[in-house]
Amino acid sequence: MLDLLQRILGRETSRASKNVATERLRLVLMHDRMDLTPQMMDSLRSDILKVITDYLEIDEANMEIAFHRDKGSIALVASIPVVKMKRLPTCM
Amino acid sequence: MGEVLVVTSGKGGVGKTTTTANLGTALAMMGFRVILMDTDIGLRNLDVVMGLENRIVYDLVDVTSGRCRLKQALIRDRRFESLSLLPAAQTKDKTAVNPEQMKVLCEELRQDVDYVLVDCPAGIEQGFKNATAGASQALVVTTPEVAAVRDADRIIGLLQADTEMRHPKLILNRYRPQMVKRGDMLDVEDVKEHLAIELLGIVPEDESIIISTNKGEPAVLNVNSRAGEAYRNISRRIVGEEVPLMDIEDAGAFMNRIRRLLGLRTG
Repeated sequence: MLDLLQRILGRETSRASKNVATERLRLVLMHDRMDLTPQMMDSLRSDILKVITDYLEIDEANMEIAFHRDKGSIALVASIPVVKMKRLPTCM
Repeated sequence: MGEVLVVTSGKGGVGKTTTTANLGTALAMMGFRVILMDTDIGLRNLDVVMGLENRIVYDLVDVTSGRCRLKQALIRDRRFESLSLLPAAQTKDKTAVNPEQMKVLCEELRQDVDYVLVDCPAGIEQGFKNATAGASQALVVTTPEVAAVRDADRIIGLLQADTEMRHPKLILNRYRPQMVKRGDMLDVEDVKEHLAIELLGIVPEDESIIISTNKGEPAVLNVNSRAGEAYRNISRRIVGEEVPLMDIEDAGAFMNRIRRLLGLRTG
């Protein structure tokens, strides 16, 4: 009965199937494209380093950068041990 | 000297061969000199879709291995003087040819024609490398399904990373505006947004494709075929004409506009 009603009203159930496809596509493409080559990972790492070392002194040898996949999301997680803060000129 | 276009998709069954046959025939109808090349060695199909399967004597591997001259292997289409087919070998496998040989072959093929259309096999291995080796432009065929779009994305990535073809163009095949309207099919905008390459055209799902394949007569020859019309439009875009998307093709964008007007669409 509920099924019939939903079919008559159509919209809600059917609109969902396209949305489901879009969401699945978004995630699957993100996963696929995340297979960065080691060279790209290296260059990502060195670019991140470049920015951070302007502000902090870090322990480069123990720095870790990796993708963490979770259901529904992907995060770039970096663990960067800080050795020393640099003294920055105070702004304003 | 002609241009070599490869029709590729990654996934099988999305319409590469149908697309190759129809675009080639449409270009020949417009008066261009065209060669269609089937590179699906071991699983040739383009000859059947073109209705030329009974006239094959030599094939692509015979040419690359020097068993015959190129001219002997080319089958001239009965309907259009300026259209010919170079069939794939049926009894060999993909390793019978290598990308270097394909480069040489494409270079020779394009000497006397305006367009060489290369029908690429499914997959991303040797057959794909062979088919793309001699091409300067790629047409990526996909359908509005998650698996097909995903494979198209992979193919686009490979084309951009491993070949000179930085700007492949997209053909969205088997589009069903009614299903899009109901919200049961990915729409044009979804696919465009994800793949982020130029859309060359949209081909509606159309029974006339099956009928035309049964007969071995490409749908572009049928004035009443919607898919045929879409393919004729795409071939005009290939030669550089500005052709607006047809009504049916515009259904997705239209719905989006309505949805946006009603405030139903976010992002």
